[in-house]
Amino acid sequence: MARYDRAITVFSPDGHLFQVEYALEAVRKGNAAVGVRGTDTIVLGVEKKSTVKLQDSRSVRKIVSLDDHIALACAGLKADARVLINRARIECQSHRLTVEDPVTVEYITRYIAGLQQKYTQSGGVRPFGLSTLIVGFDPYTGVPSLYQTDPSGTFSAWKANATGRNSNSMREFLEKNYKETSGQETIKLAIRALLEVVESGGKNIEVAVMTKEGLRQLDEAEIDAIVAEIEAEKAAAEAAKKAPAKET
Amino acid sequence: MECVFGMVGKGFALVVADSSAVNSILVHKSNEDKIMVLDSHKLMGASGEAGDRAQFTEYVQKNVALYQYRNGIPLTTKAAANFMRGELATALRKNPYMVNIVLAGYDRETGPSLYFIDYIATLHKVDKAAFGYGSYFALSMMDHHYHPNMTVDEALKLADQCIDEIRSRLVVAPQNFVIKIVDQDGAREHSWRRTTKD
Repeated sequence: MARYDRAITVFSPDGHLFQVEYALEAVRKGNAAVGVRGTDTIVLGVEKKSTVKLQDSRSVRKIVSLDDHIALACAGLKADARVLINRARIECQSHRLTVEDPVTVEYITRYIAGLQQKYTQSGGVRPFGLSTLIVGFDPYTGVPSLYQTDPSGTFSAWKANATGRNSNSMREFLEKNYKETSGQETIKLAIRALLEVVESGGKNIEVAVMTKEGLRQLDEAEIDAIVAEIEAEKAAAEAAKKAPAKET
Repeated sequence: MECVFGMVGKGFALVVADSSAVNSILVHKSNEDKIMVLDSHKLMGASGEAGDRAQFTEYVQKNVALYQYRNGIPLTTKAAANFMRGELATALRKNPYMVNIVLAGYDRETGPSLYFIDYIATLHKVDKAAFGYGSYFALSMMDHHYHPNMTVDEALKLADQCIDEIRSRLVVAPQNFVIKIVDQDGAREHSWRRTTKD
């Protein structure tokens, strides 16, 4: 097996591209990221490691704008992310220049995924070590979308998804609790999913909300307030569960 | 016979352009908007070859937007002007863009500014600028009546005087003009001066 993981262009006998799978490992070690699609809102949430006290946190934006109506969050190698995001931003403007129309979410996702795939089929290069969550509203139909890409270059649309550290737990939570939501409810659902795997608190989460008007980054105070609401709801649910038991 | 001119006032800058699209003796349309809103606080009035005008101004606009996404802050007017000059200069000795530009912008730190950029990549920061045959009349009027820190009304009066002079003295004068303004609230269309319907 070890002989087939050196050059990316080599398949192993049982049909694996080991470099791609190792790239997925890198993603699994990256920080948790979640995306939830509502009817009029799409929310992206990313885990923030709060151990770096001397760092200026404003210089580490984990949720970025690709265009007025498209945002991206990722998990994995952040340096690779910078390169991919730069290429995507150029493509967004290039598309506007050549066809005088903003990109659709699907178009830019296909572009990014195509780029990731190219690096799994070239000599002397390694794949990008990141998975992305891309959100946006279609500029004409106004339909919200959430897409995910991964290092192999596959992409698909999701109602809600998670990637990075402990993404399986988050996805399980979302599968159990997902329902069509809008506005504040969508934000709460995304934060609840993130809180399953991240330490509670506004300084450990970065949340951005995409509406038809554009992308809005929530500040720490707002996130703390929503987290407090969620904890209160959780406590109330716990109390309600215990009360009937007492009666019998 | 295209004409673009502009001036700086107190806390704002004005750009005026004719709106004729002409091919030899035929007027294609007389409501062509030649002043592009580059970003929230920049206006770019362009005159010259129609194809080059569209190509160059759109190219600059997309690059200005890209800078903003990459860096999180918009370009200053000075930086945008220098970027344009650089692009014109690079293309000059291979495939020149035949476009003359009056760039007006408002920056929070430095206030309003106006730049004269011609097709051979001349760049001047100025208080008043004009291109085209109309410039002979517009510059003379502005030289006589312009003073620093004009109010919007004073500047519009001066712009109207320039337009009147162009209309009466230029042999094939453009019919309609568009006026756009940029100040701390942003860049926007101000008004039109029409002699013919669109």
